[in-house]
Amino acid sequence: MFDWLFRYANPARFMGLSGAVLPWLAAATAVVLGVGLWLSFSVPPDYQQGMTVLILFIHVPAVTMAAAAYGTIAVCSLFSLINRHILADVAARAAAPFGALFTALGLITGSLWGRPTWGTYWVWDARLTSFLLLLFIYIGYMALWSAIEDEVKAARAAAILALVGAVDIPIIHYSVEWWNTLHQGESLLSGGFSPVFLWPLLVMMLGYGLLFVTLWLMRIRTEIVNRRARALMQRDAA
Amino acid sequence: MGHLSFDMGTYGVYIWPAYGATVLGLAGAVLWCWLGWRAAKAKLAALERGAAPRPNRESKT
Repeated sequence: MFDWLFRYANPARFMGLSGAVLPWLAAATAVVLGVGLWLSFSVPPDYQQGMTVLILFIHVPAVTMAAAAYGTIAVCSLFSLINRHILADVAARAAAPFGALFTALGLITGSLWGRPTWGTYWVWDARLTSFLLLLFIYIGYMALWSAIEDEVKAARAAAILALVGAVDIPIIHYSVEWWNTLHQGESLLSGGFSPVFLWPLLVMMLGYGLLFVTLWLMRIRTEIVNRRARALMQRDAA
Repeated sequence: MGHLSFDMGTYGVYIWPAYGATVLGLAGAVLWCWLGWRAAKAKLAALERGAAPRPNRESKT
């Protein structure tokens, strides 16, 4: 079923393919983010939130990508545990710093949005707390990778942690339905957006998605080169 | 869709730091990726030329 995937998961083939795709991805990212910013700063003030609605265009893409990056890690970890594929380990590890960054940016921008709209930077409600937990899971995941010297053991331990931590993703998503939270309920998929705000948001989300893929591929390539260098050093030392 | 507007009024104190943190974070990630890639390539090239640096914990990224 996944034969086509494993064909491209060969590190040498991956390096060739990603090397060809990356300049185009980087250019597309710059263009889409530029258009997204232009659209964002062209919206009229919201009738309730005024100009603070502009934070929407960086907050929602950040939290979406934080969850998407974790989903990427979880899927790669599953492949790593089942197929023991080296590129799955590398791909899972490479996504973590960007997921942590998007989570931190989601928390910072959300906090700065919360003060003028809710009257507070932070409350310990279910959505905010479960999202903060995601940041700690990311930090724990990266720390685990760095703490274990043996890369095979590190990959296995990190993969198990990633799959256990994946429980937090549906909790984050459904927290606003399961509990009474200060954070508003889901409004993007339920059609609660005016097109004036929806289009800039969708373009910014696409831009963040492209940026994540670009940085992720760059980081995978870097890790493959680092592993090659380590293998050469070990060979020379032997 | 209106014209470009950078007048945030009294909300600027929340909006600009949010955008500032975002730009700083994303630009930092791009720079970190780029420098990491250049360093990794340089190290591999040096090893392949035979000038092998000694292994250390920093190389385990």
